[in-house]
Amino acid sequence: MPEPSQTNRVAEICQAHAGREGALLPILHAVQAEFGHVPSETLPLLAKALAVTVAEVQGVVSFYHDFRAAPAGRHVLKICRAEACQAMGAVALAEAAKARLGVDWHGTSAGGVTLEPVFCLGLCAAAPALMLNGVLAARVDVARLGEMLAEAGA
Amino acid sequence: MKIYVPADALARALGADAVAAALAAAAAARGLVVQILRNGSRGMAWLEPLVEVETPEGRLAFGPFSGADAGALFDAPEAHPKALGLTEEVPFLKRQTRLTFARVGVIDPLDLADYEAEGGLAGLRRALAMRPEAVVAEVADSGLRGRGGAGFPTGIKWRTVAAAPGPQKYIVCNADEGDSGSFADRMLIEGDPFALIEGMAIAGLAVGADKGFVYIRSEYPDAIAVLGRALALARGAGLLGASVLGSGRGFDIELRVGAGSYVCGEETALLNSIEGKRGTVRAKPPLPAIEGLWGKPTVVNNVLSLATVPIILARGAGYYRDFGIGRSRGTMPLQLAGNVRFGGLFEVPFGLTLGEIVNDIGGGTASGRPVKAVQVGGPLGAWFPPALFDTPFGYEEFAAAGGLIGHAGLVVVDESADMLALARFAMEFCAVESCGKCTPCRIGSVRGVETLDRIAAGDGTAVPLLRDLCETMRLGSLCALGGFAPYPVLSALDHFPQDFARAREAAE
Ligand SMILES: Cc1cc2nc3c(=O)[nH]c(=O)nc-3n(C[C@H](O)[C@H](O)[C@H](O)COP(=O)(O)O)c2cc1C
Ligand code: SF4
Ligand code: FES
Repeated sequence: MPEPSQTNRVAEICQAHAGREGALLPILHAVQAEFGHVPSETLPLLAKALAVTVAEVQGVVSFYHDFRAAPAGRHVLKICRAEACQAMGAVALAEAAKARLGVDWHGTSAGGVTLEPVFCLGLCAAAPALMLNGVLAARVDVARLGEMLAEAGA
Repeated sequence: MKIYVPADALARALGADAVAAALAAAAAARGLVVQILRNGSRGMAWLEPLVEVETPEGRLAFGPFSGADAGALFDAPEAHPKALGLTEEVPFLKRQTRLTFARVGVIDPLDLADYEAEGGLAGLRRALAMRPEAVVAEVADSGLRGRGGAGFPTGIKWRTVAAAPGPQKYIVCNADEGDSGSFADRMLIEGDPFALIEGMAIAGLAVGADKGFVYIRSEYPDAIAVLGRALALARGAGLLGASVLGSGRGFDIELRVGAGSYVCGEETALLNSIEGKRGTVRAKPPLPAIEGLWGKPTVVNNVLSLATVPIILARGAGYYRDFGIGRSRGTMPLQLAGNVRFGGLFEVPFGLTLGEIVNDIGGGTASGRPVKAVQVGGPLGAWFPPALFDTPFGYEEFAAAGGLIGHAGLVVVDESADMLALARFAMEFCAVESCGKCTPCRIGSVRGVETLDRIAAGDGTAVPLLRDLCETMRLGSLCALGGFAPYPVLSALDHFPQDFARAREAAE
């Protein structure tokens, strides 16, 4: 059972999107923004609000890479893995990040950094690129990544 | 004193916000009153953050700018170490023909008066005075083809939707821009969002749709923010709403944000996603033009296709059509990316050769090593070796050379690139992003990764298997994700066989 406060908040989010056609994705984005992930307990509430089955909501949540079933760490580091960034050293950058954090893709380090792959951030003319806690950075080398993590307290 | 500091995501990712703050502080310390405007980017990535100062002779450019360069801008601008002269005279800009990107980097993206002063709304005004069929005919006559990848004639698509029966129709803008090496949609939305809004409004008037959606990928937070503000401003100014520019005809636009799925850039998957479903691809027919969003006739167009419509209406179909070659009319905003010296956005008429683009405009590699290959058109596009650099940039010309121009993103790699690893990446990407609907794509891509691993381990007998697999994917996939993933794989294999034989040779 979801916490009462969670139930209320989800109801408010659904209410805010009432009458909007095809509201599931905007609602899921809002739920994730609120709780940091899409808690499984909220799925029945969403299904009810949108008059679809829980399985359908579950199917949508699992389809999209953005939606998480479990909370991420305190910090989220997304490193671009796509071709333009590879051409400028993204593979080495990602390896360095994995080594420093002691995790593989999708893992969360002891210091609370979740490492995620991303396929293009649209900064391909200043590769390699990454996003740390929602902030974009371009032309990042291993040293700069270290500084950024240190500045973020990670 | 008017100073421009781009708020474009790439400029910000290279420190533009800190530059703006440093300029404000340095001006204040000198008791100077300055106005710092946040424009879009001029598209010269190696010069970002690019600061511009307005003078009676034109804007002066300085870059790549850092906070430490701020004081000197006020104390001794002529002798500034980052001075580049007049912006318009910078060769990379001067050589372009900017039609779609005419205002990007020039205006304040969220100032509607600035937009109008630089030619904005002229196309919409003209369209409002025309019959809808005439607007569609104008777009058809311009020769404009879809800039999202498939290159379908935009006017014909509009005509189909206009002719489809039913009271409710939609305009959907595809701003999913998932291709590596592509960023033109992002730059346009961040730098001139009203151009997209105007183009969508014209499309709505032309086909009889009163509602539009823009589907932007979640990886573009800045573009999402800018477009959200632009839509609110457009509504406030009567550009959108119940009576577009007082015409009595309504059109409004809703912004939708994707959720990290590449295949949602495919138009039918995108429609499913807007409807709140899994982003699986729909079988065609029916075409979205007949049965699209919620089963209603729908125009799905790329950002660049729609943002080019205003200038076509403003200047006339002939003006646009006169640029280009063969069946590729008008201009294309090329995006130079990866290991390239002068990366960024370069809008030119179709027809330059790939070699001119990569070497003359791009300046070769950033690393200074020889160019090994260029992937054109995103992760499903073929790798072109220098031997094919005489291919002219055009839809048919690239198809004839075994590739595609796609969304005109070009990723350059130098000779250190491992083409087998890049081929493996193409298969891995397809496996990660497959919508799962068809077996050749879903399973074939996983087998492709395994087969490439065998080749990498020195098993040459796996090469024919890889070819067979690619053929199965090409012929048996419902959409271009599975159907075109073989392009980067086979082009790598065909043009760089040595990269697929290295392990074998080492083993022998
Ligand atoms: C896997 C896949 C991804 C695609 N991604 C995009 C995209 O990000 N943006 C886009 O405009 N078109 C994309 N397309 C092409 C669209 O399906 C469609 O052709 C296009 O949006 C039509 O607009 P246009 O005629 O203006 O190009 C993609 C196609 C496929 C098969
Ligand atoms: S080719 Fe792949 S992405 Fe396209 S419909 Fe088939 S499974 Fe889905
Ligand atoms: S490929 Fe990395 S930002 Fe585009």
